[in-house]
This record gives sequence, structure tokens and C-alpha cells, in this order.
Amino acid sequence: MFSLLRSMWLVFLHMFHKRETYQYPEERAPLPARWRGRIALTRDPDGGERCVGCYLCAAACPVDCISLQATEDEHGRRYPEFFRINFSRCIFCGFCEEACPTYAIQLLPDFEMAEYNRQNLVYEKENLLINSEGKYPGYNYYRVAGMAIDGKAKGEAEHEEPPVDIKSLLP
Amino acid sequence: MSAGHYWLVIGGVLFVILNTAAGLIWLERRMLALWQDRYGPNRAGPFGLFIVLADTIKLFFKEDWIPPFADKVVFVFAPAVVVASVLLSFTIIPFAPNVVVADFNVGVLFFLAMSSMGVYSIVLGGWASNNKYALLGAMRGASQMISYEVFMGLSLMGVVIMSGSFNLSEIVAAQKNGWFILPQCVGFFIFLIAGIAETHRLPFDIPEAESELVAGFHSEYSGMKFGMFFIGEYMGITLISSMVVTLYFGGWLGPAFLPPVIWFVLKTFVFIMLFILLRASMPRPRYDQLMEYGWKILFPLSLVNLLITAAIKLLI
Repeated sequence: MFSLLRSMWLVFLHMFHKRETYQYPEERAPLPARWRGRIALTRDPDGGERCVGCYLCAAACPVDCISLQATEDEHGRRYPEFFRINFSRCIFCGFCEEACPTYAIQLLPDFEMAEYNRQNLVYEKENLLINSEGKYPGYNYYRVAGMAIDGKAKGEAEHEEPPVDIKSLLP
Repeated sequence: MSAGHYWLVIGGVLFVILNTAAGLIWLERRMLALWQDRYGPNRAGPFGLFIVLADTIKLFFKEDWIPPFADKVVFVFAPAVVVASVLLSFTIIPFAPNVVVADFNVGVLFFLAMSSMGVYSIVLGGWASNNKYALLGAMRGASQMISYEVFMGLSLMGVVIMSGSFNLSEIVAAQKNGWFILPQCVGFFIFLIAGIAETHRLPFDIPEAESELVAGFHSEYSGMKFGMFFIGEYMGITLISSMVVTLYFGGWLGPAFLPPVIWFVLKTFVFIMLFILLRASMPRPRYDQLMEYGWKILFPLSLVNLLITAAIKLLI
């Protein structure tokens, strides 16, 4: 009996507690930096696309919501010809981000993606590509990778030594 | 009382009671939210008050569905009983000197009779729904309300002995020199607990325990028929609160700087808040615990209370 009265009193005291509610449209909950929300394709510091069209994200996706077609430009850089994410299937698991070898695909702290029309949830490349480096500023895949593209031969990447001529015996 | 005054009182009581019941929906949601550190409905209108309007419109426009397997006549009849019986109980409550619909000599008995009538709506509603959960809820409701009715009446007898009348106006008048809460505090607690059980409000909402019985006796009800049960429950809260105030807290009596009606409303309001607080803080007892508590503790206690009150009345 005493415990009942005590719990009533404690509940009554909640009258003077701060309310926990966020008044949503006016007042937003602070999202953690690693929040898995809107998926975006980021760019490298030079403004080029990071995505190299390796299909790892599409392979990792458990609900098969990513589809893309890789192609190569005249400089020898690979990029996706189209890149499509169907957000009506996406479960925001973040596997695509984990699979991405170039930090191109990233999940950003934003959840306001509701649409009235289901078709509008299918995002094309121009909807996904953002003008930002996302969570990894300064990272430029082609600058650290050993692959040769126009303007950067083999051995010219950061922390990379020139290739050894294996046909020569000279040291 | 002139005929004009009479009709004015009837109209006023109906208007106030029905609106209170509707307003309580809003109040309960807001208060529960406050005690759970939330806001509750606060968008529609000032302080979210228009949620009542929205709720009412929603209930009216919902499909008024009668299940094909239900007993149709009884199914329609049952929700009307709860509202009618509670509304009839309000006729005997003196809201202020001379503001009472029916100044019965046997007002207390009439109240007990009407609250027993309320059981019919639960039993008939549960039976007519032809649904196992509804029937289980109805059975629980019937046994709970009949058990708690017994010592609800017995606990009231202490007040009746002290005031020497079944008439509620006279009971209020008898409290001029001190409210009955002091000499009858045991009776008050028993009556309050029995009252909560009668309105099947939250610690004792076993007939409609949603975690076990879907929604108990009104599982099959929708639209305004469900609304009738809903309104009946809130009017029941108001009724029990105003009965507690009338019987134990001096009804409309109070210092003269406020009119009697305001005193009555204020006191009733405190008890309505207590009902909501109970809902916010109490867990639901098991069914056998409820029965045990009623028959083994409250029933003997109310008998002892009655005997002692009678003995003191005889000796003094």
C-alpha cells in the first residue's frame, strides 16, 4: 500500500520535470554525426566524382535497391553512367557505405525524405550527387591509388614509389 | 421550484456533464502526458483543445459497423445503457443549494441502483458481441462490479448513519459543522476504491485489459457506439468524483468568497485529477488479486466501519 502511494507521489512530481518531447517541425532532435540517413554520392576535393563504379555497394545491398552502370571517360577515370537508388526499398543499413572502397557513397544525418508519390523515391545520379566531400574531407581516391589516369602516371600517387623496371638488372 | 428553474437545471446539468465528459478526454491526455514528461495534444487550437472536436467528428463519421455474428438489438442497446444510467445518477447530485434535478428522499439508493444498472451495459455489450474476448471482459466486468457494489453501498451507510438521511441535499447540509471525511475516512477510502472499480478505471480496468483481452467488452464496437462507452466512462469518473465530494467533502459547502457551484466544481475537479493520476501511476492487479482485495479486505473493513459508526451513533 505504501509503495502504491509512493509511486503515485513520484508520478505526481513529474509535473515539475522537464518535458522530453522535441516539438518536431519547429525544433529538431540533434542527430549524431554517424546517423545513417539520406544516401549521397560525394565528390573528391577537386570536384570530381569519387564513385568508380565498382558495383560493391550494389552487391552489398541486402535489398537490392542500388543499380548502376560503370563506364570510363577519356581520361581513363571510371565513373557510373547512371546510379539509381530506390529509397522505397532502402533500409538504411549502411552496408553500401561500408563496402565502398573510395568513400564515395555515404549515409548522412538527414531523415526527411518523405514523398507523396512513390515514384519520387527513386533517386537518380543527379539527385544523389552532392557538392561535398562528406565525412572524409581531403580524400582523393585517384591521388592515393596506383591506377594510371591522364595527368598521373603509375608511381606518381601519394606515398608511391616509381615502378621498378623488372626487365632491368641494374639496381 | 418553478418549472422554468427546473428545466434550466436539467438543461444546465446535461450541458455541463456532457461537455465535461468530452473535455475530460483532452484533459486526461494532457495530464497523462504531463506526468510522463510529454506534451500530449497541443497542436489543434489553444492548448490542443480542438482535439476534442476532432475526436468527436472522427467518431461520428466512422463506419457504424455491427458485426454480422452479433446479436443486433442488444448490441445497439448496450452502449445506451451505460450513458443513460450514469446520466440518471446525476439527477440526484446537489450541485448547489436548490440546483438539483431530483431531490429524492432515497438519493443514495438511487445512485447505487443506477450504478448497478451500468453493469448491464458491460454484460449485454460483451454478450451481444459474440466474441470470446468480449465475453471474458463482460464476465470479469460483471463479477468485479457486483463484488465492489456490495461494499460501495456498505461504505456509504456510514455517511447515511451520521447524517440520518438518504437525501443527498440533507447529507450535504449535515456536513455544515465538519465534512464527513474526518469521521468517515475509512468509508471514504473504501468508497473511492469501489468507485474506481465501478467506473472500471485504470487500476481496475480488468474488464477491458488491453494487454489480455484486446479491448474487453467493447472489442467489437466502433464509431459512436464505442464513443458511448467512452463517454460513459468519463461521465462515470465525473459521477464518482462528484459523489465523493457530496458525501465526504461537504458538496457545495465552502468559504463564502466563492459561490457554492464553484466550490463543488473545484472539489470535483481535484478528484477527477486523482483518477487521472491513478491511471498514470498504477499497475493493473491480477484478477484474483482484485477479488481477494475486495472480499477479504475491503468488505470486512466496510462492515467494521459500519458497525463502529452505528455503535458511536447509538452511544452519543
